[in-house]
Amino acid sequence: MAPQIRRSLFAACTLIALCGCASLRAAPYAAVPGGLFRGVLTGNDDPPSLVAHFSMRVTPVTNAEFLAFVQRQPRWRRGAAPTILADADYLRAWAAPTQLGEGVAPDGPVTGVSWFAAQAFCEQEHARLPTWLEWEYVASADTTRKDARSDPAWRARILQWYASTTDLTVRQVGGEPNAYGISDLHGLIWEWVDDFNALLVDADSRVQDDAEKLRFCGAGAITMKDRESYAILMRIALLSSMNASGSTTNLGFRCARPNRQATQ
Amino acid sequence: MTLRLLPATLPRRCTAAALILLASASFAAPPSANRLPPESIYHLEIGLQDQAGRLFHLAELRGTIYLVSMFYTSCQYVCPTTIETMKQTLAQLPESQRGQARALMVSFDPKRDSVQVLDRVAHEHGLDPRVWTLARTDATSARKLAAILGVQYRALADGDFNHSTRLLLIDREGRIAGQTEVIGKVEPALVAQLRALTP
Repeated sequence: MAPQIRRSLFAACTLIALCGCASLRAAPYAAVPGGLFRGVLTGNDDPPSLVAHFSMRVTPVTNAEFLAFVQRQPRWRRGAAPTILADADYLRAWAAPTQLGEGVAPDGPVTGVSWFAAQAFCEQEHARLPTWLEWEYVASADTTRKDARSDPAWRARILQWYASTTDLTVRQVGGEPNAYGISDLHGLIWEWVDDFNALLVDADSRVQDDAEKLRFCGAGAITMKDRESYAILMRIALLSSMNASGSTTNLGFRCARPNRQATQ
Repeated sequence: MTLRLLPATLPRRCTAAALILLASASFAAPPSANRLPPESIYHLEIGLQDQAGRLFHLAELRGTIYLVSMFYTSCQYVCPTTIETMKQTLAQLPESQRGQARALMVSFDPKRDSVQVLDRVAHEHGLDPRVWTLARTDATSARKLAAILGVQYRALADGDFNHSTRLLLIDREGRIAGQTEVIGKVEPALVAQLRALTP
């Protein structure tokens, strides 16, 4: 009996170890249970938005991960990608199309990637970019609370991160995880979202003239619900100003995928 | 109204699957891209479906000159004006050259804008199918097309969309040869660009 038990224990342990290895190889995603959420873009008269269950990459995509991607997919290498999908700034910091070079840390977040390139990366791991709402939902957490937004100390801390200058060459992913187990949402880089070209904002919602009215269809323009969330508003302003083929030295991304079950 | 009673669920699902297949098929084996210019929108590999239900790749439009815009059919005010503006812009071409340019409108509301709805709208506006293509695609492809055309749209809580309106002129190689955000009147610059492409 005893050896049998030992054998099955051994088998079980091997199985667990194997599974552990497999999940280490795959990019780590954390399950995010859905919920009702009022984001900065939710209108004052709108009901809260429903965020469905999803999974999100625990850290932003790194230089090493993006290098492996362009090695597999030559069409996404700098110089090979068509300018309409990735402009002249694409991966400009890298020494060569398939070489990071000095000052580009393998475990640093990849930046200088266009929205199209970020989408293509996420698609090859059966994911997509998170929507703005998903990103904001997760980014509202601190290390212990899923929604820390009403805490002035939390807001102040985030604003401080944005105000400080970071040395681009020493950036590394893997900061302290928040309550969802997800890191680096603030204080490291800006991040692409799937619907970056959906963040139309009418800051003061004044009555528009006819010409302006013609440009937009549908009901009332967006009013910022939470004007005190400057850090979040800065992100929206940045993303709204981007072209999908463009990039900046501070703009990276992470991926997300739908997750039918809440596993928390 | 009776259109809503059609058994739309199954075909629509099949269509979504077909669109995805179309997109992934093109990804695995890109159509011989014999030297597309780097600024060509045909580097974007997406599948579309027209008002007759026909599935096609965006890149199949290579060789065609057309005006393109994005819309959704439930839109009461701006979208009909966009169609009118496109009609009038094309009508500025001398009669002998009218056959050379076409019009494409792509919906960013694939849930509601089924093939039947697109077909009905085409009929309501008297759009000649030899000139006009009203198309739908999956949500991801719509977002990509909007990104490449510089169109912004956002679903509102009440099912409407907030969106910018942009009318673009695409040349035979898929380059953006002209564009305007002015609708409700013909933009002379756009007409000039259109005429330049159709000598």
